[in-house]
Amino acid sequence: MKMIHSLFLINCSGDIFLEKHWKSVVSQSVCDYFFEAQEKAVDVENVPPVISTPHHYLISIYRDKIFFVSVIQTEVPPLFVIEFLHRVADTFQDYFGECSETAIKDNVVIVYELLEEMLDNGFPLATESNILKELIKPPTILRSVVNSITGSSNVGDTLPTGQLSNIPWRRAGVKYTNNEAYFDVIEEIDAIIDKSGSTVFAEIQGVIDSCIKLSGMPDLSLSFMNPRLLDDVSFHPCIRFKRWESERVLSFIPPDGNFRLISYRVSSQNLVAIPVYVKHLISFKENSSSGRFDVTIGPKQNMGKTVEGVVMTVHMPKAVLNMNLTATQGSYTFDPVTKVLTWDVGKITPQKLPNLKGIVNLQSGAPKPEENPSLNIQFKIQQLAISGLKVNRLDMYGEKYKPFKGVKYITKAGKFQVRT
Amino acid sequence: MTVGKDVSALFPDVVNCMQTDNLELKKLVYLYLMNYAKSQPDMAIMAVNTFVKDCEDPNPLIRALAVRTMGCIRVDKITEYLCEPLRKCLKDEDPYVRKTAAVCVAKLHDINAQLVEDQGFLDTLKDLISDSNPMVVANAVAALSEIAESHPSSNLLDLNPQSINKLLTALNECTEWGQIFILDCLANYMPKDDREAQSICERVTPRLSHANSAVVLSAVKVLMKFMEMLSKDLDYYGTLLKKLAPPLVTLLSAEPELQYVALRNINLIVQKRPEILKHEMKVFFVKYNDPIYVKLEKLDIMIRLASQANIAQVLAELKEYATEVDVDFVRKAVRAIGRCAIKVEQSAERCVSTLLDLIQTKVNYVVQEAIVVIKDIFRKYPNKYESVIATLCENLDSLDEPEARAAMIWIVGEYAERIDNADELLESFLEGFHDESTQVQLQLLTAIVKLFLKKPTETQELVQQVLSLATQDSDNPDLRDRGYIYWRLLSTDPVAAKEVVLAEKPLISEETDLIEPTLLDELICYIGTLASVYHKPPSAFVEGSRGVVHKSLPPRTGSSESAESPEAAPSAGQAAEQPAVIPAQGDLLGDLLNLDLGPPVSGPPLAASSVQMGAVDLLGGGLDSLMGDESEGMGGSGFTAPGPAAPAGMGAPLGSGLGDLFDLTGGVGTLSGSYVAPKTVWLPAMKAKGLEISGTFSRQVDSISMDLVLTNKALQVMSDFAIQFNRNSFGLAPAAPLQVHAPLAPNQSVEISLPLNTVGSVMKMDPLNNLQVAVKNNIDVFYFSTLYPLHILFVEDGKMERQMFLATWKDIPNENEAQFQIKDCSLNADAVSSKLQGSNIFTIAKRNVEGQDMLYQSLKLTNGIWVLAELRIQPSNPSFTLSLKCRAPEVSQYVYQAYDAILKN
Repeated sequence: MKMIHSLFLINCSGDIFLEKHWKSVVSQSVCDYFFEAQEKAVDVENVPPVISTPHHYLISIYRDKIFFVSVIQTEVPPLFVIEFLHRVADTFQDYFGECSETAIKDNVVIVYELLEEMLDNGFPLATESNILKELIKPPTILRSVVNSITGSSNVGDTLPTGQLSNIPWRRAGVKYTNNEAYFDVIEEIDAIIDKSGSTVFAEIQGVIDSCIKLSGMPDLSLSFMNPRLLDDVSFHPCIRFKRWESERVLSFIPPDGNFRLISYRVSSQNLVAIPVYVKHLISFKENSSSGRFDVTIGPKQNMGKTVEGVVMTVHMPKAVLNMNLTATQGSYTFDPVTKVLTWDVGKITPQKLPNLKGIVNLQSGAPKPEENPSLNIQFKIQQLAISGLKVNRLDMYGEKYKPFKGVKYITKAGKFQVRT
Repeated sequence: MTVGKDVSALFPDVVNCMQTDNLELKKLVYLYLMNYAKSQPDMAIMAVNTFVKDCEDPNPLIRALAVRTMGCIRVDKITEYLCEPLRKCLKDEDPYVRKTAAVCVAKLHDINAQLVEDQGFLDTLKDLISDSNPMVVANAVAALSEIAESHPSSNLLDLNPQSINKLLTALNECTEWGQIFILDCLANYMPKDDREAQSICERVTPRLSHANSAVVLSAVKVLMKFMEMLSKDLDYYGTLLKKLAPPLVTLLSAEPELQYVALRNINLIVQKRPEILKHEMKVFFVKYNDPIYVKLEKLDIMIRLASQANIAQVLAELKEYATEVDVDFVRKAVRAIGRCAIKVEQSAERCVSTLLDLIQTKVNYVVQEAIVVIKDIFRKYPNKYESVIATLCENLDSLDEPEARAAMIWIVGEYAERIDNADELLESFLEGFHDESTQVQLQLLTAIVKLFLKKPTETQELVQQVLSLATQDSDNPDLRDRGYIYWRLLSTDPVAAKEVVLAEKPLISEETDLIEPTLLDELICYIGTLASVYHKPPSAFVEGSRGVVHKSLPPRTGSSESAESPEAAPSAGQAAEQPAVIPAQGDLLGDLLNLDLGPPVSGPPLAASSVQMGAVDLLGGGLDSLMGDESEGMGGSGFTAPGPAAPAGMGAPLGSGLGDLFDLTGGVGTLSGSYVAPKTVWLPAMKAKGLEISGTFSRQVDSISMDLVLTNKALQVMSDFAIQFNRNSFGLAPAAPLQVHAPLAPNQSVEISLPLNTVGSVMKMDPLNNLQVAVKNNIDVFYFSTLYPLHILFVEDGKMERQMFLATWKDIPNENEAQFQIKDCSLNADAVSSKLQGSNIFTIAKRNVEGQDMLYQSLKLTNGIWVLAELRIQPSNPSFTLSLKCRAPEVSQYVYQAYDAILKN
């Protein structure tokens, strides 16, 4: 098992700015293989996640402009490592508000304490943020001032209660004056729309994120109006699987604070409504250094809700020099270096459909581009879960007080692509 | 942490800070110790006392921290002092300390394995599997697995139904990481029957809904493995299949790194059980901003899932991809279109027209890839799409990659008679002969020779030119050799040359890049690990893989006899070799006693048979490889044609131990067993002092037996029976001793079924199916010989692929063909076919030619020899004509006898 031997954090310019070894020290030179692969991949996103070197394997993730490169030596489940690395990044995010090189460097002692606590000889030890926070207090300005005056430390000296109980995700003795439980039902539409406007592929990736601030040991059960929608679900460990199987009710003792309760996928095509349509005409003339560009976005089945926050991005072909366009709504930018066209549309009003059209200038002499750029669309619809999922009620047992409850729905575009 | 500065000089000062009550400071000191103890081993001793003291601290956090840190200090002297505190901590009242201590045992084992064993820590660790706290159980399992890895032979994780039950209980309650350890451990367990497998599956299934993808994949591994034991008719089997699809698809919505690992594993799963994801094609459609490594994997899986039902969608997608920006991806997409054509016959036409559309785009690399795959399509569907050659020829000039050039040259040579200016085209390539890569040179040589054989008059000059270029001006031995072979062939016997060079090529198989089934089964056991990412068994790449244990899928229940065959059969064979029977007697059959002197033949049966059939086989093989080389060469490296020698060679792995895996599909329907002749008297009583033996041979699925009736016609009681065979043509030997339970009283008889195997020693007998037997009892030793019908040796997986049949039939020289008449048989073709099927003679195709029914059949002998048959049945005529082709023609006559016997009874 001895899962992770060492961990290197590398920034985009290729500097190793942090290393941690759980066993013996592995020389930094092992990262050369990683740099080699990085060079070959050209684009940072294309670096393969598993690289083999003569004596080690490098498993890496790319998060927030940082490569987390782990060194392993024996046969291990790579998903195990990748999941763990993401957990490390999540923890940094949680502790420092952002997972960036500066934040990590500023809090280097806490980072080492965390890494030491998260992994012991390759065995993950404590990865739940609730538990870690009891062991190592997250930095706040106030605490660092207090600490420097009183000399007290930010390391907890009691054993985190969760470690011992059967509910390792929750700490004991939680107390709030205002008891609140909020649920955000967030659905993202992943879709590929082909040239003619028909849907090649569409599915909804949904999650329910929760923010639970309840005192004591509340036992919650959340029920839905239409639980049948949820047939492909991944649960937070706190959820009792048996109750779900038999009654289709989410029954759980929640962790304290923010966490993802479930994630789900709705794939059957007829349930996935596509809220926008795009009319497009992008063409390049043979033997001429220009082309036409004309795109209109309009709303479609959105259950009376407004589509807002619409942004379209297009990777134009390399031969495009610049674009001369007029937008009836919003503003557009074209980056001549990366060839990315971004059109920030904003809200769509059905009376006046937003349109962007004009001339594309190509490099003179360059052959007519073969590829057709795909349009990437982002949008948001407030107060709507596009799958139709609705929370019915939330009940609480085990505690006497009456909590404040709230549910919010939002639909967003995930990987929403229109081919031209 | 120290930004690369060496701060080991501060060691004494730091150690002084160790006895502090400040937990943060303590942690930092411990961190320091872990880093520098190794460089200052003597100083590190100073710290030991504090460690020991901390291990008894009232605060469990400190106890755990101390034992954890001590395990990380890799200094021998310290290790000794660690044992006592560790022992206490393993029995600590606090589970947090116990679980930390469990891991510490693994650490200590890594430093000093002997010490851990001597101190009995391993037993303590095993006890922790029954701990009340699930986290302790998980860590104990993890530690044991790690230790077991370095001792593959030790039985550390000795799992039994009780411990499995404990693990399954802990599985529900421990952390996600613990669940992974437990699931991986479960995957190594071999349930005793399908019911146990099902109950484990039922308890593992909820893990498929876990948010942690590693848990999900480990659960998938357990299920995929145990599913192997479940009967396909079971309702639960279907339910399980349905349950597996959603979690696999969900993995694809995670981060790209996770997607990649998931896709590599799905690739394996799709090959093993395509039914799981057959309706989920769309989730593998590529998004333009997927990382390239994800795109390529998705494409691969799309092709594997392509079927007639979804081919239209797939092709539309592939065409879309072929216009993308990324060159590597575009190439692979074009290639994928060709693979679809080869895989789904109905789509071939559409694929070809799509490829032609792509060629029209004139994008250089697209055209080249398209030509390479079109060549493959030609080889799969000859004489169907040659109309496109003209279009291909238009693009001749734009080809600059060797593979595409070679493919184009192959096409020109192969279809030279239909291309008017083939000679000009080839001549144009010839100009820069020496600048071409070897692949192209070889191809050009072959193509021009083909052209010459097709149009001898106009191309004499050209062929001479290329032969001299290849033989005289080239430094490449392969090229020279091939040149000389052609030269000699052409100069000595042009007719033979024609037969060799223009021989009909075997069709290429559907999927060329499937993982070999045995490797696939092994890899399924490694789902979720690095092996599954690399698609190689760990033994192939894990550094210092200390004797990695090969894992294999459990056999399907209900086929217990096949399950035991790999191990049990050879050992039984050895048992039979022991001279348990007879004292020496100067006899014809003295050979029996010399079994020990002869070379012990215990390898796969084929090895043995090749000794016997040697002359024929060797010659055949040699010639085949020459031909094979030829046809391979023509196709360029892109072709992996089923080598002509394959049918004979393939028999061995299929027939022997690994056969059970294949039997899942092949052997199910044929439980009826084959024809059994009535018993005849083998040994009359007067020749054997009153013992009469009559018997016959029979075959039930995968097992041969000799059914004997022993009758005592003497006046005294007989006992102590034993039996032994002389070496024989097919290595028949008793698989178990002859068991006559009670002594045989006078005038009493007993029926015995003696199981046989075919792993005994081999010696060619005359007649081929002669079997010499020695039987011993308390009175004397008796000898007799009998002829066994050959069909008891026909194995269940004797059904050949249609194309393989065609290729093999053509490949076996005509002089190996033998014709026989089966007289007085009044069955119709269907009855014949089903009757023969019962005895493992499989009808591959049936044709009606001018009122006659032609049956094409194949069968395979236990030693891997294939026999192909053509049976001609005329409705009016009671005698059938049987033509047999086999690489070892000696067997034909006996196969005919078997046919005759089966059909007439």
